[in-house]
Amino acid sequence: MDAIFFWLLAAGTVLASVGVIFQRNPMHSVVLLIVSFCALSGLYVLLGAPFVAAIQIIIYAGAIMVLFLFVVMLLNVPTEDPVHGYHARLLGGAGPRRFGAVLSLLLAVQLFLVLRTLQMTPLPTDAQQPPSTVHDIGLRLFRDYAFAFEATSVLILVAMVGAIILARREPR
Amino acid sequence: MPFGITPELIAQITIIGVVFFALQISAAVLVYMERKVAAFVQQRYGPYLVGPRGALQPLADILKLIMKEELRPKSADTLLFYAAPVLSATAAFAAFAVVPFGADTTFFGLLDRPVHLAAADVNVGLLVIFAITSMGVYGIVLAGWASNSKYSLLGGLRSSAQMISYEISYGLSFAAVIMLAGSLSLREIVDHQAGYWFGFIPQWYLFLQPVGFFIFLTAGIAETNRAPFDFPEAEQELVAGYHTEYSSMSFALFFLAEYVNMVTVSAVATDLFLGGWHGPFPLPAGFEWIWFFVKLFLLLFFYIWMRWTLPRYRYDQLMEFGWKWLLPLAVINLLVTAAVVVYGGF
Repeated sequence: MDAIFFWLLAAGTVLASVGVIFQRNPMHSVVLLIVSFCALSGLYVLLGAPFVAAIQIIIYAGAIMVLFLFVVMLLNVPTEDPVHGYHARLLGGAGPRRFGAVLSLLLAVQLFLVLRTLQMTPLPTDAQQPPSTVHDIGLRLFRDYAFAFEATSVLILVAMVGAIILARREPR
Repeated sequence: MPFGITPELIAQITIIGVVFFALQISAAVLVYMERKVAAFVQQRYGPYLVGPRGALQPLADILKLIMKEELRPKSADTLLFYAAPVLSATAAFAAFAVVPFGADTTFFGLLDRPVHLAAADVNVGLLVIFAITSMGVYGIVLAGWASNSKYSLLGGLRSSAQMISYEISYGLSFAAVIMLAGSLSLREIVDHQAGYWFGFIPQWYLFLQPVGFFIFLTAGIAETNRAPFDFPEAEQELVAGYHTEYSSMSFALFFLAEYVNMVTVSAVATDLFLGGWHGPFPLPAGFEWIWFFVKLFLLLFFYIWMRWTLPRYRYDQLMEFGWKWLLPLAVINLLVTAAVVVYGGF
């Protein structure tokens, strides 16, 4: 039962993510990204972490993607312009494209090497489950990793203030 | 029994089926109620021809909608145009799945072990409800965009801005209750509200969190796009907003979603603030759910009453109210609650 759900959700995540890249219409890309996030959240549920799953939907699929959608709608971009001669000469193309191609090649090689040497470990049993209840996660965040957590919060606050200052209209 | 089918499993499946159909019927009942209350407020009769006192009017409406032609604007985005109403309705129904509506019951001794009166019992139920409600906005936004029409787009934009703004206050009013109960499970939150102060005042969070209840109701009305916050479909400005281009059953799905959302928000309010199935006086075991439905009905009536009594705000007023008044109020409420819980030893 779990295996069926895993493969369904995994296939959903991968297919939707691939679709995000290959879609010409930015609106469809955004919707596919939401689908991918939801399928990922389903995988979290299968791993026994319902809290993480709910947070994944609330923050990524719910809040951040609404902003994406908002921006795409406001700009009203119908389709991305296809680059001329897109498929030809990936490695021999202009600067940024060549750089990107080399980078993805490196990533692919690295992934291959890592996955080849990876040893499959069975899923942890109930006794050694990673913390998944809200109580455990709260304790970890605010006791064990309190400094990192607070530092991140300050960082986000600074980013927020910065965004407001940048977006503010100059008083006349 | 074969295949692991237990009486509990059958009971659970029955509950899921009953919840699903009850939600569908509730939309029809609410349409009738809305029209009758509106008529009462405006001193007219309302529907009275179809069935006794017009009670079959919703059925006639549904029949009419099924007969209508399904129209689609030529320049609409086909896939998203048809997916949007389905998404809306799915999110609305899914959110109710984790709402418990009665104490554990054995159906008067029919079962050996008691089952939960809820479609699904999740220990992070509140977060699930929050997550699914936040998905509901996509139905509206995508409908607005896919229709490829000015009015729809404006309606969709307005609703996304409105729902993001009020979701924060909505979530903060949840958080105060979560702190008081020390649990994210709706069932445990309801059980925390059992008992009485001085022997007659029920221990509902309404009395501990009056401000939270106010914030929840206000933000809930904004979240479900009901008057006085029904900007996504403000008739005078936007024709019908995001569902301008929809007809027939796609339109009906949006309508269904709106009413089911109303039921869900009221049900969550009942569980969080009004003690769920714990009433002013206890009912015999197995009948506690009656309290839940009485409170649910009163809240729904309040919703409809508000719609026909209050005029629509202006859009900038809505945004100002949401960000400059409701959100600070929610933050203060949360801080005070936290202080009381930590130092007062609640």
